[in-house]
Amino acid sequence: MSGSGPVTKDESTGPVVETPEHEGGTKHDHPGERQYIVIALILAVVTAVEVAFSYWEAVEGILAPSLILLSIVKFFMVVGWFMHLRFDSRLFRRLFVAGILLAIFCYSAVLATFHVWTE
Amino acid sequence: MTDTAVSARAGSHVEVDAGHPPTSTGLSNEKVGMWAFLASECLLFGALISTYLLFKGRDEPGSIAPADVFDIPYTSVSSFVLLMSSLTMVLALAAIQRGDHRRTRVWLLTTALLGASFVAGQAYEFTVFVREGMNLRVNLFSSSFFTLTGFHGAHVTIGVLMLLSLYSLSMRGKLPASKAETVELVGLYWHFVDIIWIVIFTLVYLIP
Repeated sequence: MSGSGPVTKDESTGPVVETPEHEGGTKHDHPGERQYIVIALILAVVTAVEVAFSYWEAVEGILAPSLILLSIVKFFMVVGWFMHLRFDSRLFRRLFVAGILLAIFCYSAVLATFHVWTE
Repeated sequence: MTDTAVSARAGSHVEVDAGHPPTSTGLSNEKVGMWAFLASECLLFGALISTYLLFKGRDEPGSIAPADVFDIPYTSVSSFVLLMSSLTMVLALAAIQRGDHRRTRVWLLTTALLGASFVAGQAYEFTVFVREGMNLRVNLFSSSFFTLTGFHGAHVTIGVLMLLSLYSLSMRGKLPASKAETVELVGLYWHFVDIIWIVIFTLVYLIP
């Protein structure tokens, strides 16, 4: 059923529309072992760069944004490849992104209320 | 349960191995539930992290502070251990999906051992901090730090127990390739614990 549109299933309760493959409804092509190892190596290198940055006085002025950017890269690599969010259904992506965005907006507001950004 | 699918266009019967019983979304209910749970966990850890950020640097001068106690090289090694456990977790999933049960057990046990090493490292770190005068009541930084990292450590411990349960099931032959989704669900939880540590390591330990 590769990309051939919606598929129905025989069930006692009647046919059920199944998400097509390109929506990630059934089978997905997850990365291979070699790709997982490459991702892990990249994550290890990024972690080493983060730690090196925290000791490097030359980047002191941009330390916080650099470290946050690097941790965002690591976050999305783990979520996208190891958790297969790049390859799975959009519904999973929407659920998880909704949780993240809700947390970011909610707690940014809380921190702003206590003037954390301006102090 | 066998999923027998009917192509809407061709009208012919096609076997579909979705790995789960038929559902109204075409997706595994357990997997949808796990993603919803992880989304709710974002709010839990969001609250703990923002509380730490809120209290950080608000203690009286002379009170114990992060720079006095943190051992960045030590915590970097712990972070690396947890990061690599995510690799062994996906290797366990890949192994069970191709029906290689011996390697599934090897990778599950490796992941559990790496997770246990992380928790042991955290317990040692907490012991050192307590000896240096930190505890839950001494100041705002200590309270919020122990609460945040303690909750994360508890999550890792639960993950280790789930991994050992999977290992035990596999040893008794009760984890066939058809139940690969169970390993995937535990894997999702495990990777989530890893990404939370990625955030904690940066915001709590590395940013002064």
